[in-house]
Amino acid sequence: MNPPVLTSDVILTNLESVPGRRIVEHYGLVAGSTVRAKHVGRDIAASLKNLVGGELRGYTELLQESRAEATARMVAQAKALGANAVLNVRFSTSSVAQGAAELYAYGTAVKVE
Amino acid sequence: MNTGTASPIPDWVVLLLVYGVPLVALVVFGFIGAWLERRHYASIRAREAATANLPATNLRALDDERAVQEAWLVTASVVISIDYFKRFLAGWRKVFGGRVRSYETLLDRARREALLRLKEQCPSADLIANLRFDTSCIANARGRNRQTVAGVEVLASGTAIRFAPAATGGALRAAG
Repeated sequence: MNPPVLTSDVILTNLESVPGRRIVEHYGLVAGSTVRAKHVGRDIAASLKNLVGGELRGYTELLQESRAEATARMVAQAKALGANAVLNVRFSTSSVAQGAAELYAYGTAVKVE
Repeated sequence: MNTGTASPIPDWVVLLLVYGVPLVALVVFGFIGAWLERRHYASIRAREAATANLPATNLRALDDERAVQEAWLVTASVVISIDYFKRFLAGWRKVFGGRVRSYETLLDRARREALLRLKEQCPSADLIANLRFDTSCIANARGRNRQTVAGVEVLASGTAIRFAPAATGGALRAAG
């Protein structure tokens, strides 16, 4: 149920600093995105669950996996630049077509002490 | 009564199928949905009491003298939907306008659940800073141009902060 661990060696925060660390270099914006569609089985299960209400686990998991992937891409980009932290991480979700959603993660890559 | 155009199925059977089945479904799914919602609220209240010692704030700046040992991003999300009966009620509400209670409780449950999951992910943290909620509608493709709301997704994200253990022992809690 717990979402996958987002990062190993790159520090992520949604603050404008890493508390307790000093920023030594800025690398600018890094971003990662993924567009995902749900498969028919999940759609059917979700529409059945829709009758009685409650959590749609299939969708929760799908979106968590997608967000983790978008984050992983962002982290990869930050690493390629030589950063060891991404600050002010934001997520956004937009539905590009029926049944498909884009998950986007972005932040500022920096190097901290 | 056997004219050429008469259907072999009696009228009352057709009426029962057309109006009776959806009505029964409304009542049955409404009851199940209400029961599930009560159960969810009971679980939310119990877990909120259990995680009450981990404060979450939407402030960005930390006004705290203690040294930070570790800070990391935490995210948690939930996709939740309402039952058939409540969706039916919400549809009628649109005719008259006003508060749509069925959607109010849906969003309330979703936000509280997402925050709880966030807190449950970082039991070792002392504080969650810059808490954000993102809400998005998950549209379900049913029918050609009819977008029924299948549910809402609430994403809670924040920075979990663990303070360095105080040299004197007993760490001071920040006021407020």
